[in-house]
Amino acid sequence: MATADAHNEHDDHHHDHGEFIAHHFDGGAEQQFDSGKLGIWLFLVTEVLFFSGLFVAYTLYRNHHPEIFDQAHVFLDKYLGGLNTIVLLFSSLTMALAVRAAQLGRNKNCGTYILITMVCAAMFLGVKAVEYSHKWDMGILVTSGFDLTYDAPKLMNVGGIELSKYLVWLSAVPAVLLVGFVVASIVGLLTARPNMSKFMLGLAVTVGGYFLGAAVGHIYMEAKHAAEHDAAHAAIISPMADSIQPVALLLEDDEHKEGDHTGEEHKAGEHGEGEHADGHGASDGHDHADHGPMVYDAHHPDPEKLSRDVGIFFSIYYCMTGLHAIHIIAGIAALAWVYWRCILGHWRTDYFGPVDYVGLYWHLVDLIWIYLFPLLYLID
Amino acid sequence: MADHHDDLPKFNHPASTTMLFVVFGSLIVLTILTVATSAFWPTSGLPQALAFPAAMVIASIKAFLVCAFFMHMWWDKGFNILVFFSSAFFVVLFVGLTLLDTTHYQDTIDNFPRNEAPQPLD
Repeated sequence: MATADAHNEHDDHHHDHGEFIAHHFDGGAEQQFDSGKLGIWLFLVTEVLFFSGLFVAYTLYRNHHPEIFDQAHVFLDKYLGGLNTIVLLFSSLTMALAVRAAQLGRNKNCGTYILITMVCAAMFLGVKAVEYSHKWDMGILVTSGFDLTYDAPKLMNVGGIELSKYLVWLSAVPAVLLVGFVVASIVGLLTARPNMSKFMLGLAVTVGGYFLGAAVGHIYMEAKHAAEHDAAHAAIISPMADSIQPVALLLEDDEHKEGDHTGEEHKAGEHGEGEHADGHGASDGHDHADHGPMVYDAHHPDPEKLSRDVGIFFSIYYCMTGLHAIHIIAGIAALAWVYWRCILGHWRTDYFGPVDYVGLYWHLVDLIWIYLFPLLYLID
Repeated sequence: MADHHDDLPKFNHPASTTMLFVVFGSLIVLTILTVATSAFWPTSGLPQALAFPAAMVIASIKAFLVCAFFMHMWWDKGFNILVFFSSAFFVVLFVGLTLLDTTHYQDTIDNFPRNEAPQPLD
């Protein structure tokens, strides 16, 4: 895979040290670029090893308890995961296009591509927030906090829409940031600082991506719940129903033992994939066909250990996807820095290294998700 | 496959946009393929034991496309590639050694006293 790059010819190298070429690089722009490139590759090595510990935990637990992975993964929605995969892949494309634009010295194009990349990154987090809050509503936390006797999902009315309380709290930080960035952008405009104004507007648009992702995720969950609800009423058993009953039914039953919440939690699509159970208990007076006497089909050899084991799966899930989400946030910060320098017009045909390096980091985050997606969402 | 711009410094190789879009399209197709595979595998009559390797093969093809073209590894220096893939060596080592040892502590796990009360099952 080595290329002509490997044969550097220093004789015809031009030594004009531009604004951003450090004086200690005798080899000029090229030496600086190559040094930075080696540095970022070394950093990516540490990142891979950083994640490898979690992959080892995953391997170990899946090897011990493959049946738990079969049961636990049904709480994950493969289509939301797939949507997030596509969002990340698209952001990788725009990142690669941004690097190309920087290489050609097209700062304006580069800024546009970087902005799209940031919006996609935030959108990924928005979808993730819906997924997380949905699980918390179901009482699915890390092992020690796993609670199958969960109460009704805690809903909050926001502008006439019933939302999970957890989702509202998760969205509080981006909401504050959104207001802050918009205000900063306006202040920048009023104080005749167009670059700052533009930068802050870009950040505001980025945070808007989070809300776009959260809205898409929420609407999807509602639609999915409605479809499952209809299916349960029509006593249609979807092809998935067989594989998802065992754990889900246990949850259904524990929830309805509380007795006093029959309607409100269904509005926001708070149920797991087990919603379209097989219709037993349809005559118990509620308007749902899916929460009769719980029949636990013991796929698990020891039902008492079910919540512990599913909880361990979700400990691993939260660690892996949480660490990945932290990397997305760090990526947005790095991209914002690149975006700022696009606005300042820093990139030239002999100085585009930072865009390339941040791009490599961003592609690595995508790369890790490429493996996380089938490992966590597509277990069948 | 990189564009050739004679006026650019030697170390500057912009990727062609056509190539980037083709790679992106392939990645999307592979993503849809892996979701479809996981949905239809159980009823397809194919051996269940192969479902996981199949998903990992598809993921690895995607990883190759991202590394080779989005990360420009195809045109990168051999030493950088060697450095990066040294991490893959250690990941394989860690996971491999873990798998060698997995059954050794199973009894301890099975007999570990549980401190939570059993869930009432009606």
